[in-house]
Amino acid sequence: MAIISAGSAVPQLTLKNEDGSDFTQEDLTGRTTVLVFYPFAFSPVCTDQLQVYEELLPELAEQNAVMYAVSTDASYSQIAFKEKLGVTIGQLSDFEPKGDASKALGAYFEPAGMTNRALVVVGPDGTVAWSHLASSPGELPGVDKVREGLAAVTA
Amino acid sequence: MSADRRGPVSGPHVSGPEGAPGVLLYGDATCPRCQLAVLRLRAAPVRLTWRHLVLRARGPRPRALAGALEAAGRQDAFWPVLDAVVADPSRTEDPDLWALARRLGLDVERFDLDRRDEGTTAAIAADLADGLQAGAVGTPAIVVGGGAVEHGVPDDAWIDALLQRA
Repeated sequence: MAIISAGSAVPQLTLKNEDGSDFTQEDLTGRTTVLVFYPFAFSPVCTDQLQVYEELLPELAEQNAVMYAVSTDASYSQIAFKEKLGVTIGQLSDFEPKGDASKALGAYFEPAGMTNRALVVVGPDGTVAWSHLASSPGELPGVDKVREGLAAVTA
Repeated sequence: MSADRRGPVSGPHVSGPEGAPGVLLYGDATCPRCQLAVLRLRAAPVRLTWRHLVLRARGPRPRALAGALEAAGRQDAFWPVLDAVVADPSRTEDPDLWALARRLGLDVERFDLDRRDEGTTAAIAADLADGLQAGAVGTPAIVVGGGAVEHGVPDDAWIDALLQRA
């Protein structure tokens, strides 16, 4: 599955915010959005990734950018995960229909039935500015990758 | 205590024989994997450099321990303190750190002030920024010879390969 490429319009999608409300492609306009796709809440590698990305939030705010973490876990699991990690990164659930939004963006890992490790940066106009798919779910993109994605919005 | 009693900002924190293969470890002293990495690398014939990778999300203790290590470093006791933490990671609350500082013959009052001061905070923040820029996405994060960051605990095979490459 290929990750959505830069220059593409974000397709129709529906995720769930932590409060159960819908998060759609329309919520991706007006500011830069960094979508962080991670395989599973409570998996050790994902733990490290989100705690590291938490350090980037002030930098994102300075650029009118917001970060969301996306997985196929249910919101309740994501919220518990977020609290355990001590992070504030907003969680978006792709639980039902499972993985639909992730599939639409090419960020789903079919062999394991889970979200792949991927980053998608959407510019304020709702167009994908940059994307990155890890070579395997175990490969973690560093903050340098997030910065690369942010730079693509202003380029 | 006045500022002029404080030593210079400590670090870089390096141990091991000069000329041995260099290993740069970005770590969090509260992280069990980092503790294991330190145990193995300290026992190996490598030149180990420690830098802090303290993430806010992990709560106050990683910062507290990093501060204690920096303060110990100003009294030339960085490695004895890190070794003690690694050897007994269940004793890292403040009273444990004060007792450790006393046991090592440190000036405890100075140690306690140094671990909270601006220089220490700046050193820890600089380490974090460098670690993240280097590509660290967790702890321990290990860099050898300016190469890509590796994550995980070095095992015997990893250390043997490093020594053979040298």
